[in-house]
Amino acid sequence: MKTQYQKAWFFVLPVLLLVAFNALIPMMTVVNYSVQETFGNNVFFWEGLRWFEELLNSDRFHAALGRQFLFTGLILLIEVPLGIIIALSMPRKGPWVPVCLVLMALPMLIPWNVVGAMWNIFTLPDIGLLGYLMNTTLGIDYDMTQSPFAAWATIITMDVWHWTSLVVLLSYAGLVSIPDAYYQAAKIDGASPFKVFRYIQLPKMKQVLTIAILLRFMDSFNIYTEVFVLTGGGPGNSTTLLSIDLVKIALGQFDLGPAAAMSLIYFAITLLVSWLFYTLMTKDDAK
Amino acid sequence: MAKITLSKLRHSYIPNPTSPDDYALKEIDLDWSDGGAYALLGPSGCGKSTLLNIISGLLVPSEGQVLFDDKDVTALPPDKRNIAQVFQFPVIYDTMTVFDNLAFPLRNRGVDEAQVAARVTEIATMLEVTDLLGAKAAGLSPDNKQKISMGRGLVRDDVNVVMFDEPLTVIDPHLKWKLRSKLKELHQKVRATMIYVTHDQTEALTFADQVVVMQDGEVVQIGTPVELFERPAHTFVGHFIGSPGMNVLDADIRDGGAFLGGHHVALEGAITAQDGTPQIGIRPEFVRISDAGLPATVRKVSDIGRHSVVEAMVGDTAVKAITDGVVPEQGAAVHLQFQQNQTRLYCGGWLATTGAAS
Repeated sequence: MKTQYQKAWFFVLPVLLLVAFNALIPMMTVVNYSVQETFGNNVFFWEGLRWFEELLNSDRFHAALGRQFLFTGLILLIEVPLGIIIALSMPRKGPWVPVCLVLMALPMLIPWNVVGAMWNIFTLPDIGLLGYLMNTTLGIDYDMTQSPFAAWATIITMDVWHWTSLVVLLSYAGLVSIPDAYYQAAKIDGASPFKVFRYIQLPKMKQVLTIAILLRFMDSFNIYTEVFVLTGGGPGNSTTLLSIDLVKIALGQFDLGPAAAMSLIYFAITLLVSWLFYTLMTKDDAK
Repeated sequence: MAKITLSKLRHSYIPNPTSPDDYALKEIDLDWSDGGAYALLGPSGCGKSTLLNIISGLLVPSEGQVLFDDKDVTALPPDKRNIAQVFQFPVIYDTMTVFDNLAFPLRNRGVDEAQVAARVTEIATMLEVTDLLGAKAAGLSPDNKQKISMGRGLVRDDVNVVMFDEPLTVIDPHLKWKLRSKLKELHQKVRATMIYVTHDQTEALTFADQVVVMQDGEVVQIGTPVELFERPAHTFVGHFIGSPGMNVLDADIRDGGAFLGGHHVALEGAITAQDGTPQIGIRPEFVRISDAGLPATVRKVSDIGRHSVVEAMVGDTAVKAITDGVVPEQGAAVHLQFQQNQTRLYCGGWLATTGAAS
């Protein structure tokens, strides 16, 4: 294709500069670190791909990556169906619509570290409402500072509480865009409620659901603040997700080279899985 | 297929209607015979869609009954009434193929696959969409989508009535004409009772054997297209049908005769009522420009293709005439002649002359 109007390139320039300064250049410094060793004082030693090799062969990295995938997988499995169910049961007209929308939006308005702190206090066995209720009133042994299972249950519940709303709001936006005629036609065609969902609601929600799943994947895969404030990665390493491990290496141990290599691999995985999701979910549209 | 009776039907969207104005539908009594093609014609907001939704069961009327073959179905939901409805915007199940779309109403009712295939093929042939059967419905053009919506209505052979709610709104003009004649053809083939709602007179008149004209929630006239054109029972029908609509001219009644701007106008027959404002109604098709008759001044001439519409002033009253021949100049003094057997008197909007004894 022949480009007629070469001046158009100048219009792209501001965006190019912006992207360069907020993404490409910082990213290149990480690449720079990832192939070198430093002990401070701006002294660097060339290491080539050594950090990458070590990392990909390290059990610690495998374990953190495994936990990360488990966390994200569980989050998606719970939040997407739950979000759709809540969106389907919300009223589509009337005075309750704004009430529902505001209630749904509330958890998302709370700062992430506050969410972590809230759930921390909420679940403490001695003074937390939930912790006290579980241990003393119901007699169930629940202490997320001691039991890995309790810790996992808590971080999952916290994330579901915090982010299911996103799936709900996006699905709801897809649902309200369906004209009444579709429901009327389905009624006349004798379609069951399941068929209405399968053939009308789900197809109309598909595009927003794609966005919802992508966002929830990326956010939960990169989660740091809430889990760090709640469990700090413990007990033991049981909730040390990839991001928490990365910060431990970078700031705890000050191993900037390996941390940089890990960042790049982390980024590559996020990008790759997002791309896979997107391609799989939109492959029908291309036809 | 069934006879449809609407008995003392009234509907209001307000919970406790008090005045007649609160009703979207005011007292409707109608009888539609089995296998007929009917049109509900009226301007937007006249209550025709409300009436349609009541017949299909999407809406329960405030008062009155809907009977299919003398059986009361007022309280039955749409899927129990065995009806089909085609909506203004094509409703298509995007993820299904055209075949599955057409088969959907049958499969939902547990019809066996062999019969489904036979029926779908038959309807697809009728609609001329056989070559599209394997295609994804989402990619179709609007007119084909609307054809599939119609097909889903026609595919069941036990439907009592097929209803069309302004089905050609989103169709391109040149395809409108094709689909319209297709519909007429389909009606002749399947002989199901069909009700067609529209605000487009051409659609109503070409499709229906009987047209029901509605205004403000009331039925104004029921008749064949010819009757509606020739003897409108109400000035509204005269206005609404025809292009341009009927001339409705304020008149005086003196000594048993009608006068327009002081000139006597001969009517088709005797005057039967005199309450309300008297008006003379005559279609522009029957006004002739000649040497004798009502003196008038030409105000405007518009060329509408095969004919010209001449607007002439008789005193303060504008009268439209359709002419084929030589068109007078603007400002010219002419004389208008009203064809007597097409000149009617309306009082308070309603027809008030007896028909010409012919």
